[in-house]
Amino acid sequence: MQSLYVLFGLNKHESLLNQYGDYWSQLAHGDLGISFSNFPTPVTTILEQSLPWTIALAGCATIISFTVGTLLGVVAGWRRGSRLDFLLPVTTFVSSIPAFWLGILAVAVILALGWNVPVSEGYDPGVVPGWNLQFIGNAIDHSWLPLCMLVATSVSGWILSMRNMMVTVGSEDYITVAQAKGLSERRVMFGYAARNALLPNVSGLSLALGQIIGSTILVEIVFSYPGVGFEMLQAVGGTDYPLMQGIFLVITLAVLLANLLADIAYLILDPRTRKEG
Amino acid sequence: MSGNQPVLEIRNLCVDYGLGDQAVRAVRDVSLTLHRGEVLGLAGESGSGKSTLAYGLTRLLPPPGVVSGGEVIYHPREGAPMDVLRLSDAGLRKFRWAETSIVFQGAMNSLNPVYKVSTQLMDVLAAHRPSMSRADRLARARELLALVGIAADRMDSYPHQLSGGMRQRVMIGMALALDPQLVIMDEPTTALDVVMQRQILRQLVGLRERLGFSVLFITHDLSLLVEFSDRIAIMYGGRIVEQAPAERLYRDPLHPYSDGLLHAFPPLRGERRELTGIPGSPPDLRAMPSGCAFHPRCPKAMDACRTQLPRLGRPALLPESDADRTVACVLHPTG
Repeated sequence: MQSLYVLFGLNKHESLLNQYGDYWSQLAHGDLGISFSNFPTPVTTILEQSLPWTIALAGCATIISFTVGTLLGVVAGWRRGSRLDFLLPVTTFVSSIPAFWLGILAVAVILALGWNVPVSEGYDPGVVPGWNLQFIGNAIDHSWLPLCMLVATSVSGWILSMRNMMVTVGSEDYITVAQAKGLSERRVMFGYAARNALLPNVSGLSLALGQIIGSTILVEIVFSYPGVGFEMLQAVGGTDYPLMQGIFLVITLAVLLANLLADIAYLILDPRTRKEG
Repeated sequence: MSGNQPVLEIRNLCVDYGLGDQAVRAVRDVSLTLHRGEVLGLAGESGSGKSTLAYGLTRLLPPPGVVSGGEVIYHPREGAPMDVLRLSDAGLRKFRWAETSIVFQGAMNSLNPVYKVSTQLMDVLAAHRPSMSRADRLARARELLALVGIAADRMDSYPHQLSGGMRQRVMIGMALALDPQLVIMDEPTTALDVVMQRQILRQLVGLRERLGFSVLFITHDLSLLVEFSDRIAIMYGGRIVEQAPAERLYRDPLHPYSDGLLHAFPPLRGERRELTGIPGSPPDLRAMPSGCAFHPRCPKAMDACRTQLPRLGRPALLPESDADRTVACVLHPTG
């Protein structure tokens, strides 16, 4: 027992400032400490194992949702007043259901109907993780259901914001000019209207990307998915402070990185934000 | 200057906003002929239907605007005349810009802010002349900028890096990209200061002489038209009330409304005269006055004006030399 205290550094009774200094120096060496609940696995190892799962699941979900939602929004905004406007209430209704609840429903329905769809874990117990086709195929089999839940509940935001921006941009003079120039409908819709309406959605995308690590906790729990969210639940349950600290650090870094990406994307997409010189 | 071949004949054009009982008629029964190489000025107050007419005849009206009647006959350089209002979508796309281009009111917002000037000059070439190589398109874009007096190093600029005057000149250059027969200018210089207005218009007149296109020039600034156009048509309440050679209209306006417009700006030369506005405000299109729409504001209104709608025609009392002018006023009965 005493040796555990020593190992976790709980016996030193140092001042807060010193503890914080030690934290930084260990962080600089890539050491996030040892997990309480998964002793003696270091926190970095846990993150290494769970991060790819979450990034793959939530990253794919966000990108698919953004792409599909934006495209639908472009068309719905361009043909406003058409039957496509039906999309809005339907998707908004779906998005008002929390993803984890939709997940529970889906699991219940699948189990009740006896379909052969994996509803928990990231891969079958017999499969060895690695970069081979068998494992990746197996992982996709396990992931598409939570992925669908995440996409279904987030797509309406993209549709709505894109459609409304399209409506706003559609009344700009340069759209009329583009039409008067006799450009093809596709060119006006995508090259002129959507190109300009896209900007707010791009900053939305980067914010969403920054949140992917924290956003899937509940869905991961429902599907017992081996991602960061699932680890987070374990950490909170076991008062595993080193692990929680590590996860929060990763979330923070992700948000910062995403903001940087957003700024860069904006520079590329909107010449007005570039500094001249 | 004006040959007698028509380029564009507008016949009995009507444009409504809205459908059915709610419809408001913004352009009423307008007939107008534009000849080859001519600058035709179209003047009138805000809300008189000038811009609606221009959007209507190019089929660019945003909903709820609809063209509810009439014909717009366009005479191409070669080939049979065609009715613009009955063109198919593909035909309309081909017609636009290649035959009739437009310079719009908003000098500031007519260029897409996220594309370079060169891209926007070139995409119209790419759309209409797919066989043109990229190098040729680039050369043509450079040529167009030179035509309107903008240095070639501005090719790679974005619209926000140009001044308002430069942007409008880019638009004029763009309008000439496909060598159209007709350029419609919808208050092209409203957003610019007077010095820039003059400079751009002078350039435009020079280009017209070199390239031989016709211009439909829409403005509320009659003083500009007197100086730059061959013929002027005055619109009021959606109708054309007077149409005459610019010089004749300036010296001797027949319709009381034209007269009022001409007295609303000071002449630079000649004797001083008192500036007077036109009392009242433009008519409400939902509740047009009976008879002549101008009668509630007309200083010369008679009883007949309240009941009788005067038709646009050649006044019978004019001498033979004044052949090319028409007016719609009870004071000048047509023969």
